Amino acid sequence: MRRSFCCLLLALLAMPAFAAFDVGELMGELARHRGGRAKFVEKKTIALLDQPLMSSGEMTYSASGRLERRTLTPKPETMVLDGEVLSIERDRKKLTVDLASQPEALAFIDSIRGTLTGNRAALERNYLLHLAGSSDKWTLTLLPSEPKIAALVQRITVSGGRGRVRTIEYLQADGDRSLLTIEPIESR
Amino acid sequence: MTGVARRSVVIWLLATLAGVAIVWNSRFVADMSFFLPARPGAAQQVLVDQIRTGAVSRLLMLAIAGGDARQRAGLSRDLRRRLAAGPGFVAVQNGEAGSSDSDRDFLIRHRYLLSPAVSPERFTVDGLRAAIANSIDLVASPAGLMLKPLLARDPTGELVELLGSLDGGVQPASREGVWVSRDGERVMLLVQTRALGSDTDGQEAAIADIRREFAAAAAVAGIADATLQLSGPGVFAVNSRETIRSDVTRLSLISTVAIIAVLLFVYRSPRLLLLGLLPVASGALAGVVAVSLAYGMVFGITVGFGSALIGEAVDYSIYYFVQSGRIGVAAWRERFWPTIRLGVLTSVCGFGALVFSGFPGLAQLGLYSLSGVLTAALVTRFVLPHLAGSRPPARDLAGLGRAAACAFAALRAGRWPVLLLAALAAAHLFAHRDEMWNSSISALSSVSAADTAADQALRADIAAPDSRYMVVVAGADREAALVAAERAGESLDRLVAGGVIGGYDSPARFLPSLATQRARCASLPGADELHARLQAAQAGSPLAAGKLSAFIDDVAGARERCALTREALAGTSLALAVDALLLQRADGWSVLLPLHPPAGNAHAVRAALAGSVALFVDMKGELDQLYNDYLHEAMLLSLAGFAAIVALLAVALRSARRLAGVLLPLLLAVVLVIAGLGACGQQLQLLHLIGMLLIVAVGSNYALFFDRATVGGAIEPETLASMLVANLTTAIGFGTLALSQVPVLHAVGVTVGPGALLALVLAAIFVPRPAVP
Repeated sequence: MRRSFCCLLLALLAMPAFAAFDVGELMGELARHRGGRAKFVEKKTIALLDQPLMSSGEMTYSASGRLERRTLTPKPETMVLDGEVLSIERDRKKLTVDLASQPEALAFIDSIRGTLTGNRAALERNYLLHLAGSSDKWTLTLLPSEPKIAALVQRITVSGGRGRVRTIEYLQADGDRSLLTIEPIESR
Repeated sequence: MTGVARRSVVIWLLATLAGVAIVWNSRFVADMSFFLPARPGAAQQVLVDQIRTGAVSRLLMLAIAGGDARQRAGLSRDLRRRLAAGPGFVAVQNGEAGSSDSDRDFLIRHRYLLSPAVSPERFTVDGLRAAIANSIDLVASPAGLMLKPLLARDPTGELVELLGSLDGGVQPASREGVWVSRDGERVMLLVQTRALGSDTDGQEAAIADIRREFAAAAAVAGIADATLQLSGPGVFAVNSRETIRSDVTRLSLISTVAIIAVLLFVYRSPRLLLLGLLPVASGALAGVVAVSLAYGMVFGITVGFGSALIGEAVDYSIYYFVQSGRIGVAAWRERFWPTIRLGVLTSVCGFGALVFSGFPGLAQLGLYSLSGVLTAALVTRFVLPHLAGSRPPARDLAGLGRAAACAFAALRAGRWPVLLLAALAAAHLFAHRDEMWNSSISALSSVSAADTAADQALRADIAAPDSRYMVVVAGADREAALVAAERAGESLDRLVAGGVIGGYDSPARFLPSLATQRARCASLPGADELHARLQAAQAGSPLAAGKLSAFIDDVAGARERCALTREALAGTSLALAVDALLLQRADGWSVLLPLHPPAGNAHAVRAALAGSVALFVDMKGELDQLYNDYLHEAMLLSLAGFAAIVALLAVALRSARRLAGVLLPLLLAVVLVIAGLGACGQQLQLLHLIGMLLIVAVGSNYALFFDRATVGGAIEPETLASMLVANLTTAIGFGTLALSQVPVLHAVGVTVGPGALLALVLAAIFVPRPAVP
């Protein structure tokens, strides 16, 4: 309640610059949540497959750069991105990949972490940012600045409001897409 | 010269010439083989092979500091490129991608022969359905991005199965795309030399290459403060060799100069000096010749022992020149030679015991000293008198002898205090007998503690394999060895599942046995059959069978390539892994399966392998065991040598009282020296033990002269003086070794140097009947 009030206050304060709600302000708002927990549902549409693939679970992220994604359905799996190290645990098998040696994959996965934690510098390292809308309802478009990343992903569209990310949509280079819907779990 | 004399000199000359020729063609080495067992057991053989030729012994670790992170990363890339271009290195890794592309291509191409999941069941309708459903789940996961491109070709997920079985273990930290130390301040590279670990010259050349290319790369990168730190077995080997080389030169020089100074003072004549050195030079030459002929090569440390031999062997000519001055050669031979001969024989017993050691370095030292001492004595007895003329005019040392006799007479009052002190020392040694010994083989190693610490720090930073625990299997041929490795792998898989070991490496992962390859190949259905099964399996699945033609093609292709050989691995880093672990030996092939930590539960691993031919080896444990075996053996040999000396003296002296008179001062000297070393904080190691034997063997020479006095009347001043001079040169010779940085030589030096001096003094004051001038 108190937080909503704060957001409202902030929105009121931002009123004069309403039309010019910019990336800096958005990142500031996102970064204010120094970590959090959220439910997610991901829908992947892949040309090779006749039906979209659905998965769901929980995500936790912290400002220190740790992102944990715990998939519950269709199959339990835990993915942790800590610094540049990605580890995936599945079927009691653990796979650890140092993404420093795979900068494209890192940039791709980092887009989630960068958006959730409002890390503008990390995002701008790999993407050109375009922001539309207001603090209440905005859409941030990430366009890869490096050809190597563009070979993986055409565009990432992030939408949300009031300092929260609601959806992240990836349009991959081959036309496949994935839509990640995020619903924050209010922390105590 | 008489005919006999001429014959002796001619024989000596010819022998010397032959000896020089042999030494000229001898091979001198300064590597680890000094320490490696001459007759290794099965587990020790693994250790020996790894040290000589193993992949771990060919690894060099590089750490580069200076500049900023980006500059260092650039330098790392440039250095990798430079080193990889040269012929000296089998592999240069710095964490860059790219090198893994060819590995990935290989794994994809041969996945149906390599994947442990390939079985007839997997290609049934049910098996296909389950495997493909699992892959679709994977694609839905965050890692799906990496897997999606292969889904149509590899819907059963064999590549995932393959990669899953390759536990990469702990990877070094990475920054700017290259490996860095944990603090991020240094870039790290891991290099495998083409030269074997036992090829010290090759290692030296490789290290020089690295330093040169580093300097060039740093200059290009413009990093003025770039520094390179290098470590690894090769660096240790090269540094140790350098230490040994410089020690050998330095010590021989010091001992020679000091002894020459003493001799010049005594002889007052360069001619006598040169003549006096002839037996020594002959002895040193004979020592190297004997070792070279017996072992095919000579260790640097053995040659370093020469400075001690010089001090010991010069004694005989000193006795001859000083003692024969007044009485003439014939009388000297009659009166003194038997005593000297007995002394030579006791020395031979002492050194001779070492020859039987399974520790090759020790055996060489024994043979070298034995032949050296024997030759020096023989040349003194049979050649020197003919060359020297009948009355060599040495300095009259009777005054010195008389003064010494007075001093010794005065010291006789100290007999009881010395006995008391020795008793206390013996009690102290007995009470602390367990903590006196250094039970680690590092006690013998010439590698400094600082180098060891730097090596461990680098090793931790780069997560280099330490390969402490291994399972080893063997086979008559490559196929048999690989089959055995796969069988052992099944046991190890259970241990991995149970968490007993973290994982293991096996060459059979990339090069399965032909039997396994055939079985996997036979699991693959023909194209029509697979098509039909896919239709059935994929009904209702999001991935329709109709989209899997690439899969059907790949399986059909795999059925055409059912025999994967070592040659197919060429150009991948997997080839290195296979070559490092699959070794051809004179009597067949063997396979190493290094275990990943945690792997210390030796009991569980041995239990799992029980009943199979697989051998579990704990490399560090073997190394420590090896040293303990040496130590145990050295104790037995020392006791045997001591027993031989006692027996020899008992036969020669034919009197228990005289025997006790000779042995008492020697044993007192040993006890006092060892207690003294303990008091100075020295931990005892194997070579101190050998030093104790040598105190007895060398010291008995002096005790015997005093014993002679007990039956032959008072000891003459000249004789006493000759003993003093001879003792001084011996103490100089052995004492010089105490200056060595090579622990093997140092230990002998600090024991025998003081021990020889003490042996003379104690023999003088404990002589049964006072020596009156």
